[in-house]
Parts: sequence; structure tokens; C-alpha cells
Amino acid sequence: MSGSNGQGVFKPWLPFVTLLRKEVLRFLRVASQTLLTPIITASLYLFVFGATLGGRISVLEGFNYAQFVIPGLILMGVINNSFANCSSSLFMSRYLGGIVDLLVTPVSPPQFILAYTLAAMLRGALVGLVTWLISTLFAELPWEAPLLAILMAVLASFLFAQFGLIAAIYAKNFDTLSMYGNFLILPLIYLGGVFYPISILAPPWSNLSYLNPLFYLIDGFRHAILGVGDTSFAVAFGVSSLLAVALFVWAAWLIGSGKRLRS
Amino acid sequence: MEKALHIENLSKAFGGVPAVKNLSFDIDQGEIFGLLGPNGAGKSTTINMVSGICRIDSGRITAFGYDNRSHYRQTRRMLGVVHQEIVIDNFCTIDQALKLHAGYYGVEDDPEWRLELIDLLDLGPHLDKVMLKLSGGMKRRFMIAKALIHRPRLLILDEPTAGVDVELRHGLWDFMREINRNGTTILLTTHYLEEAEQMCDRIAIMNHGELVALEPTRELVRRLSRRTLKLWIDRPLETIPAGLENYHPRLVGNNRQLLLCLPTDTGVSDLLRQLSALHLGISDFETDQSGLEEVFLQLTRDGGGS
Repeated sequence: MSGSNGQGVFKPWLPFVTLLRKEVLRFLRVASQTLLTPIITASLYLFVFGATLGGRISVLEGFNYAQFVIPGLILMGVINNSFANCSSSLFMSRYLGGIVDLLVTPVSPPQFILAYTLAAMLRGALVGLVTWLISTLFAELPWEAPLLAILMAVLASFLFAQFGLIAAIYAKNFDTLSMYGNFLILPLIYLGGVFYPISILAPPWSNLSYLNPLFYLIDGFRHAILGVGDTSFAVAFGVSSLLAVALFVWAAWLIGSGKRLRS
Repeated sequence: MEKALHIENLSKAFGGVPAVKNLSFDIDQGEIFGLLGPNGAGKSTTINMVSGICRIDSGRITAFGYDNRSHYRQTRRMLGVVHQEIVIDNFCTIDQALKLHAGYYGVEDDPEWRLELIDLLDLGPHLDKVMLKLSGGMKRRFMIAKALIHRPRLLILDEPTAGVDVELRHGLWDFMREINRNGTTILLTTHYLEEAEQMCDRIAIMNHGELVALEPTRELVRRLSRRTLKLWIDRPLETIPAGLENYHPRLVGNNRQLLLCLPTDTGVSDLLRQLSALHLGISDFETDQSGLEEVFLQLTRDGGGS
């Protein structure tokens, strides 16, 4: 034996890089579930709203329906996949017990959060990017402020990666985990203005829509692409940023304190 | 020299029920230390607090001089942990998992050391398999390889040979002795008392979250074990002769066999002389020395440790 007791040089950033690599490998290994399925779903939406209805109806002056709905569909892919990546990976790790392998290593809480978050953001970005590429077959977008659009997409994926971590930590079983997606995110997305501008709703529904945090993300993203929205970009960005910070603090507290991860 | 592990007044409760109570002990560098106790004694909770899986209610743990809470990155990189439960991750082959595991500990993959572990633990033919495809014994070996991949200074083995066959168990013992000879300190919990007796330099026995014994293995067995002297008498005895009360006498076998308990520091010859004076008609005798199993049961029986 060459000697078991002679540790190599400790590289403080290596635990983070390794965990990030592992998380990216994880979703690439099951790409049919993690990338292909959401892309097919987005393509079907694009076909329905792009090829069939898109040119015939308009809900926003100066744009056809396909142009209106595509930013929402792109962001929906980003949000769903950022959330799903963090929540399923961490929950499976908890459920199968693999999390203990990580908890005994020098991976620090900031590295833990950052690795899971970046992997989730990458998956969200890949789905969003492919959705946009496919959407070019159906409609052309004006891209009024592309950098701001990217900023909103990054903010949305960061925010839902944090929410995915929180959901994975609180979920007691697969049922409760799927409830976060089915009974919280899905209704908030559908009622948040992906398929219609909230300005066409009558009160009190239009006023209630302003309480939906997803509305600000979707509206801000669409605003940056089309140049118009239900609210100003600054308000949309401000509200979304506050929510992202709040969720990050919550996730950081959970992981830093080891709540529900360490007994 | 810094202690490999220093545990001081460690306590932990779950939902108000104490699991570990004011536990203190040290492990010297280079030793194989056994932590024994019945189910629910607090062994795994103690190990989980050392490795960081379980939060500490009160007390302190240091590994090689570093506090495992304030300097958790330093302590964790010096520990390798083989968990009691088999941890399954099916996203990587076992070779990929070993490479990744080194990275979690902040060290670059060392192909030479990885291949040596693979060879020593007979994992070679299974490198491209995911864990689910491995047999129980292979999973256990893989977990040991994973715990050693970053060359820890203290290896914690929580029931490493539970559920493995005799051949593999003996193979793992040889492996543990070898890595210990190469400088790795070992903390071992086990239910196999033979394992502890053969492997450990010192043994701590826990019961109900408390330490009930901590001694070098040989001394523990010697101090607490009792020799039994069994005498075959040529006629049935109606009563136990007077003068033998100190030896806790018992009549068995139709009153033709007399059992006497001898403390380890009592010479048999003195007792034989005393028995000879009683003219019992002894036709034969045998002595029997209890091992760690009896010591363990004696200490962990309710009240036995006090």
C-alpha cells in the first residue's frame, strides 16, 4: 500500500466545482427527461400558439399573439426547469440517503447553494434558449433590450432555483414535492400573464394579478423583449429582485443551519 | 501529539429524549478504537456528531486539534466516513463516483491511489457499473473505497461488516489492519464482538447514551471476565458445602456438578486446596473463561454499568 495517510493539497474551491460538475452531469445523464421533455412541451405550445392561433388573434396592440406569448413560454421553461432541477436533485438525495455523503465533506453552505443554483440555472437557460430557437420558426421578436431580457431570465432562474432548494428541504415525500409544482408554480404561471396581458382582465382579477410574483418576472421579461408591458420594467425588476433575495436568504438559512438536512 | 479525536461532555437529545449524555473520551493517533453498545446506545449518534451529519446540543469535538464546528472544513477533510446505511447514487459509475468524491474533499483525483484502492478492495471488474448493479458485499467495499479516496487521517467505520459473509469480513479486517499500519487511525463501531476483540486496541462501551467502560481491549476482558470452575462430583450433593459463598456456587446436573465463579485474580490452586479439604469426591473439573461477549452483556445489562 502506497500509504493511506498522506493527503494531497487542499483546494478550497474544488468541492464547489466538483458538486457543480456532478449536478450538471446528473441532468445531462437523464437529458431525455430533463431537457428533451420540456423542449417538446414548449414546442407543442409554440405550435398551438404560433402556427395555429398566433397570426389570427392579437391581445397587444402592434404584436400578433405568437409574439406576445413566446416570451412567456420561454420564461415558463426557464422557471419550471430551474425549479425542477434543484428540487428533484436535492430531494432525491435526501430520499435515497445520498445527502449524507455530501454532508460529511468540506463543501461549505455557500458552495452547496451556489453549485445547486448554477446547475439549475444552466438547465433553465438551455431549455429557454432552445425554446427561443424553435420559436423563430413561428414569429420574429423585436428584442428591444436583449441584455435586460437576459437579466430577467437569469433572475427568474436564480429565484426558482432557490425555491427548488427550499421545496426539496421541506418536502416530506414525492407527493408534497409535486404539490409545489402543480398547485403553486403552475397556477401562478398560468395566472401570471403568460397567455394574456392582465390589462384585459376586469377588476378584481386584474388587481389580484399584481399580487402574483410571477407576473413581475413574466412582464419584465416580455417588456425587455417587446418594449411594452403591464407595468414598468423597473417595478418588475425591483419586485423580482426583492423576492429573489428573500428566497436566497431563506434557502441560505436552511442550508447553513442544516435544518432538515442534519438531524 | 494531538489526539486524533477528542470528545468532551457531548450531549444530544431527539425530541427531548436523550440519545447521548455527557460523553467524553479521546482517541490517540494510530490506534484502532472500538465503540460498542446495544442498539440505541448512542454509538451512531456519536459518530454522526463527529462527522457532522448530526448537530451537537452541547459539548465539544475536536479532530487533530480542530473544532469540528468552528473549523469544520479542516476536520471533515481529515475524516473518512463509512456509513452504516448503504448510500446509493445511481447517476455515476463507481469509478466516476470515486473521482468525484475526491473533489468533494478538495483534493485532485490521484489515479495511483484510486487504482490501488480499487485493487485492494477487488472493485476492478465493476468500475463501469452503477451502484445498484453491485452485490451487497461490493457496495460495502465501494463505500470503504469512497471513504478512503481522499486519504483521511481518521477513518470512521459504522458497522462496516454488517451483513457481509465471513470471507469478506475477514478480508476487510485484514484491509483495515493494513491501512492502520500505514498510519490511519480507525474508529469502529460493530455488533460483532469478535471483530472488536480482534481488531481494537481500546474499547469503549456505551449504554443508554453513556459510557460504561473504556479500557484497552485485553484489560477490559481480563478485568471483567469471570472464569468458571466446573467440578464433577462422584455422588449427588444435597447442599452446597459451607465456605464457598464467595464463589457464587450453583449445583447443576442432578446435583453432581458444582459451578464456581472465580475472579480473574484468584488462583485455581488455592481453591482446589480448599475443595480438597471439603472431601467432596471430585472426579473431574474444567475451567472456562468468558470473552468480550459476556463482558458486553454484563456491562450493558440494566444497571450493569454503574
